[in-house]
Amino acid sequence: MVQRNDRFVVVKLKNERYVSLKQFVTNEVGKAQVAQTFEEISAADFFYRNRDIAGFTNPSRAIFVAIRELVENSLDAAESHRIPPDIYVRLSYEGEASQNGKGFSGLPNELEGEIERHNAENGESSRPDERELAQETEVYKLRVEDNGTGVPPRHIPSAFGQILFGSKYKLKQQRGTFGLGGKMAILYGQITTHQPATIISSTGISKTYMYRLMIDIQRNRPLIMDRKVLINKEMWRGTVVEFTLEGDYFRSMPKILDYFKQTAMVNPYANLTFVDPKGRLYKFARVTREMPVPPKETKPHPYGVDVELLQRLIQITPYKNMSDFLRNHFHRVGDITAQKFLEFSNLSPTKNPKRLDHEEIVRLMQMLKKFKDFLPPDASCLSPLGEDLLRTGILKEIKPEFVAVHQRKPATYAGHPFIVEIGIAYGGDVPARGSAVVYRFANRIPLLYDEANDVSLRVIQAMNWRRYHVAPEMPIGIVVHICSTKVPYKTVGKEFIADRPEVRREIANGLREVARQLQLFLSRREHVDRERKRLGVFSKYLPRIAQFSTQLAGKKKVPDIEKLLASVRKYGSEETQD
Amino acid sequence: MDRKKRKTSITEKKKEVLESLGTLGGSIYDQLDRGTFPVIDMPSRSTDNIAYDEKLRQFILGDRRVKRSARNISHVKPFTQLIWAALFSNELSSQRKTSTLRDVYYSAQAYEMTFKDQQESNNIITDLETVLGLSREDFNIFPEERSAVFGNLTIEYTVPGYEGKTLDLTSHPDGVMIGPALTTSEFVKTSADKVIAIEKGGLFTRFIEENVHRKYNSILVLTAGQAPRATRHFIRRLNEELNLPVYVFTDGDPWGMHIAMVIISGSANAAHLRELNTPDAKWSGVWATDIINYKLPTDPLDDVDMKRLYELQKDPRYKDPLWRREIKTFMKIKRKAEQEAFSRYGLTYIVDEYLPQKLEETK
Repeated sequence: MVQRNDRFVVVKLKNERYVSLKQFVTNEVGKAQVAQTFEEISAADFFYRNRDIAGFTNPSRAIFVAIRELVENSLDAAESHRIPPDIYVRLSYEGEASQNGKGFSGLPNELEGEIERHNAENGESSRPDERELAQETEVYKLRVEDNGTGVPPRHIPSAFGQILFGSKYKLKQQRGTFGLGGKMAILYGQITTHQPATIISSTGISKTYMYRLMIDIQRNRPLIMDRKVLINKEMWRGTVVEFTLEGDYFRSMPKILDYFKQTAMVNPYANLTFVDPKGRLYKFARVTREMPVPPKETKPHPYGVDVELLQRLIQITPYKNMSDFLRNHFHRVGDITAQKFLEFSNLSPTKNPKRLDHEEIVRLMQMLKKFKDFLPPDASCLSPLGEDLLRTGILKEIKPEFVAVHQRKPATYAGHPFIVEIGIAYGGDVPARGSAVVYRFANRIPLLYDEANDVSLRVIQAMNWRRYHVAPEMPIGIVVHICSTKVPYKTVGKEFIADRPEVRREIANGLREVARQLQLFLSRREHVDRERKRLGVFSKYLPRIAQFSTQLAGKKKVPDIEKLLASVRKYGSEETQD
Repeated sequence: MDRKKRKTSITEKKKEVLESLGTLGGSIYDQLDRGTFPVIDMPSRSTDNIAYDEKLRQFILGDRRVKRSARNISHVKPFTQLIWAALFSNELSSQRKTSTLRDVYYSAQAYEMTFKDQQESNNIITDLETVLGLSREDFNIFPEERSAVFGNLTIEYTVPGYEGKTLDLTSHPDGVMIGPALTTSEFVKTSADKVIAIEKGGLFTRFIEENVHRKYNSILVLTAGQAPRATRHFIRRLNEELNLPVYVFTDGDPWGMHIAMVIISGSANAAHLRELNTPDAKWSGVWATDIINYKLPTDPLDDVDMKRLYELQKDPRYKDPLWRREIKTFMKIKRKAEQEAFSRYGLTYIVDEYLPQKLEETK
């Protein structure tokens, strides 16, 4: 699938830019003077050496990212066939981290030698993370079970033992895009503990396949250590991944629990179970079997293409003229639009796309962006949660007194369709901490880091909340979910959304809608409160007036004030003022 | 003196107080019994309803009235507090006990009628005064006492345990405190022919030591600064019941001048009350013109003093020529002098020289 020297292999990473592997390596690691030697580095080797890009920056982050990546693969595996997910995650303590050279000692000898050689050649320290590995780092075994579609046996080794192999190289909304994260987790486990990963999977047939795998980092190939075929009497379907890794669970615990809770919030149709190393069970039960409509695959929209994508399409296209090329490879381009566009850009409809030279390709890309008459992309490639499921999820996880949700109509930025969904919750488990608690999601993934930089937070802070009678000390939770074929992340870390005007506008409009509903709720509640208080005042003081005046007048029998109290109840809102 | 008439002054007041409180209670009770929200009607005490009455020579309330209704959510609490205060006063009066404003504030808590602060409870007592047209001393709520009286006057107590006992007000050389017992006592006999009210304790003691009460046949009253309402009422009774002229001696500054004025014409705060002022009382000094005539040692008037003078100039109580002249003189000389300033001519000069001249001048 990925050839080391193939110029046109296209890599789509966490930052989701289409680049050739060569360009990617040059761009991202140019500073490290790897450029001259890139052709000797496999994809696995490259990611091994640049773990930070995939989020494995330190032991506590690593354990969080490993769980997140595997859970998301499992969710995708179940959802793609509309199976309500059942996911079981167990993290168990295996022992102390290895003594010498924590984090890297467990490599197979032959591989370690290779890596040492590479690093030496490139002047890198062979233990870049050594100092970051704190005392608390331990070895854990991570096991993730799902009831997803399962992996066909012949694909198992590549699916779990080869970087950039996967089923996700398509243009539709998905959690992960290239199936990179799960393998990065296994790779990270391998380089920190030198243990093979165990994969058990069945597609629901009479056999279950068990593999014990390691990754040959230098050649990016799975090494099959063991393989077993088991009888699957119950016709079980799903996948189990189990491997060991070093990490710092106790430092990452709050984020991991947040992750499960928030994942449960936007996946109310999933059963999530997590058993932590102390044996504590965290269960997030499904409350509905309704699931969002799965996304359809779609062709790239002309506004969203770049030169590399064009080159790739030209490579693979069977069409011999520009008109057919445009109609068949791009979203929202038909006969008439193709004709108009070719006139606009002065290209001959009969030109063979394979004959376009580099300059012409660049110009084609520019013209595609300039042409105004392409219809905006449709949103069938998106799978928003929907207002009902979002409401269900919020009610389930934070049990608020009040919740309002709103789904915006599909919008686009730079040729990429996106939908914003907003929820607002009041009270319940939402803490009153002086500012709203913001739950951010992108393609149903909770975003837990770098909140301050996220566009949602900026929009929330810029809102005039007082207009909606919302005070900072109120217990308010705000859910922002953006789904898109290309979520506009600001950085490769995939933790916060960039401040794009189109996105900002959608979030702001969605917020206004739910804020209006919250305002209605608050003013109704205030009215009820005021009434209750009013009644309280009268029922506190009227009896005393009766009692005091009876004593003062020297009478025995206290006058009956029940009628007066009843009238206060009846005409509660009419007050006499003088 | 007609002894019978004197007796009624205090005992009738007592009866009147209990009757008023009972009437108030009955009115509320009847309204409740009819199934209506009770309403209390009283004169408005807002500043635009306070006017100076030339005939009475004091501030009075105008015709505007306000209604307190138990139907109104913002009234029902103060309404209840008012009824409670009436009940509390009724108990004080019928059990012949006295209390202070501070006491009221705390006593309320025993009835779970908490007041937000002292000010709130003071306001309710003022409301009750307004509703009944009686001052709080009448229903046995007294301020902290600090003023005193000395002189040839015999009184007869009416307070429990002392009924019928008499006291000669020269019997204690420091004077007798004008407290609840003295305020509610009857005047039996006097040989004095005038009342001298003095602002400061030091001079009051000097006057007693120098036998002013005998030399000038007078009853001496210490106001101790601004005279408390009980003291103002006491002075009025001396003037009214015993027909004694009243002379007021204060410091020679705008503040002293106003102490005399409040004794004479009352204050705006007590516009809802009567019989606290003594319209015929005289301010005998220290005048601004005295500062010049007696060449007294002085201090300069500061900004606050000057501001006060401008205020007094606009005050309707200060329209008489004497007062206008003195205000102008103060403004001109921009100096002030205390009563003690006379000591530059020797300790007895004020008694032997100044006092007789001024008593004559303001007769």
